[in-house]
Amino acid sequence: MEQAGVLRGFEQVREDFPILKRQVHGKPLTYLDSAATSQKPRQVIDAVSDYFSRYNANVHRAIYALGEEATREYEGAREKIADFLHARSASEVVFTRGTTESINLVAYGWGVKGAVQKGDEIVGTVMEHHSNHVPWHFVKDLKGAVLKYVDIADDGTLRMEQYDELITGRTRLVTVTQCSNVLGTINDVKEVAKKAHAVGALCLVDAAQSVPHFPVDVQDLGCDFLAFSGHKMLGPTGIGVLWGRQELLEKMEPLLGGGEMIREVHLGTSSWNDVPAKFEGGTPNMAGVVGLGAAVDYLTRLGMDNVRRHERDLTKYALEALAAVKGVRVFGTPDVDRRGGVLSFEIEGVHPHDVASILDVEGICVRSGHHCAQPLMERLKVPATSRASFYVYNTPEDVDRLMAGIRKVQQVFA
Amino acid sequence: MSLDMYQEQVLDHYKRPRNFGELPGATATAHDVNPLCGDEVTMHLKVEDGRVADVRFQGRGCTISTAAASMLTAWVKGKTVEEALAVDRGHMERMLGIPVGASRVKCLMLGPHVLRLALGKGEAGRLEG
Repeated sequence: MEQAGVLRGFEQVREDFPILKRQVHGKPLTYLDSAATSQKPRQVIDAVSDYFSRYNANVHRAIYALGEEATREYEGAREKIADFLHARSASEVVFTRGTTESINLVAYGWGVKGAVQKGDEIVGTVMEHHSNHVPWHFVKDLKGAVLKYVDIADDGTLRMEQYDELITGRTRLVTVTQCSNVLGTINDVKEVAKKAHAVGALCLVDAAQSVPHFPVDVQDLGCDFLAFSGHKMLGPTGIGVLWGRQELLEKMEPLLGGGEMIREVHLGTSSWNDVPAKFEGGTPNMAGVVGLGAAVDYLTRLGMDNVRRHERDLTKYALEALAAVKGVRVFGTPDVDRRGGVLSFEIEGVHPHDVASILDVEGICVRSGHHCAQPLMERLKVPATSRASFYVYNTPEDVDRLMAGIRKVQQVFA
Repeated sequence: MSLDMYQEQVLDHYKRPRNFGELPGATATAHDVNPLCGDEVTMHLKVEDGRVADVRFQGRGCTISTAAASMLTAWVKGKTVEEALAVDRGHMERMLGIPVGASRVKCLMLGPHVLRLALGKGEAGRLEG
């Protein structure tokens, strides 16, 4: 097999990630779990450290230089993220703790406290992460919404034709992941948004596995809400984003009361601040926001088209290598133009836990389990899978080490 | 953490679990899952005069959970209910002959947990570890 090359500009990337220099069980660290959380470059670590070392102060209301600096950095990061997503304005970028909170915010502010009526329909898919299932269960339980799900075909792609049956005049929201955290499938969310809008429904995109890995342009997608997490895109944990169309955010109710979200408070009554502050109750995660801004800078320097190409090449290399091993089954489509760098696989006769434990001895981090997608596990009729996932710092050598690890697993169980 | 976890005796119990199957005339049966990975174990017991007279188990799982359940059934046969209820993590690790890391304790303890359920102790869905 031809050795895959490293894309120009990516040779130095590993140098930026201090953790990649450490060893695990005496072996070099081979980190293949970026779909769970990504590693952090020193540029992000330094930005967070700098924030605390040089200009920590509560944002927005401090009438002194330090507070003004902190506010400038905080709002500057919001601008960077808006540009990164091609949002119309920075006020469409709401900071949350992550994808889960972002989706819950919509489920509550638009769904539970909003205009959803008994019998209104929400259309999801069987490949969603729990975070894009459970908030809609709340809307079902509290408002009597009806939940419907698009199935997958055998190759792990969405059965797009089902949208035409499932979307009706009662459909209020269509929610879909842009990239599956198990199958790697990249969904045509632009088409899904079109189908939703055709009946006047809204479209929410779970972008936890897409914004970190390829260019996402909310104007081009035509969706109404988009949710993602900082920690999966080189940023800190505990910070994420809900992007929403300004006019929708203005109509939506806040989830948290207090702090930055208020305009006026009297005994017994209060009114809300403007979007996006309305949704950012409590002192925000300022260091997290600054760190996420630094992560966006880092990814922008690499170029998201290049990030995508790098991961596509690695995925192609890994799929070819895995296809050559007897007794290994890879889930999802073999078409690398329709999948991201997430590879779920199973080794015949070996439980995914045992795969992960034996690979761990070799210093290789892969995930084993249901990947917070139990409905998808049921659909695939497996209790769990092993999953390797790639990011900017992975190399063909990492894939080679994974393959050697898989051979070792097979030897142990031979 | 090393490959010690996959020594021959453990793999042998995984590939050829002892006391595997149903138990006609069982006096107690319990079942539970490890929600982390979907592993499941069912224990069938025949308790006579305060002793575990016979035991069989069924289920599917990883090497650790399957081998642990298998070894446990072999050990527990003939023991008093009191002895069976006293099985803890240290006991199981000694039985397997290996320490089990924090990420695999639930696998190790699934069998003992279901055994306790069958003996009327513990709470379904509350797997320790």
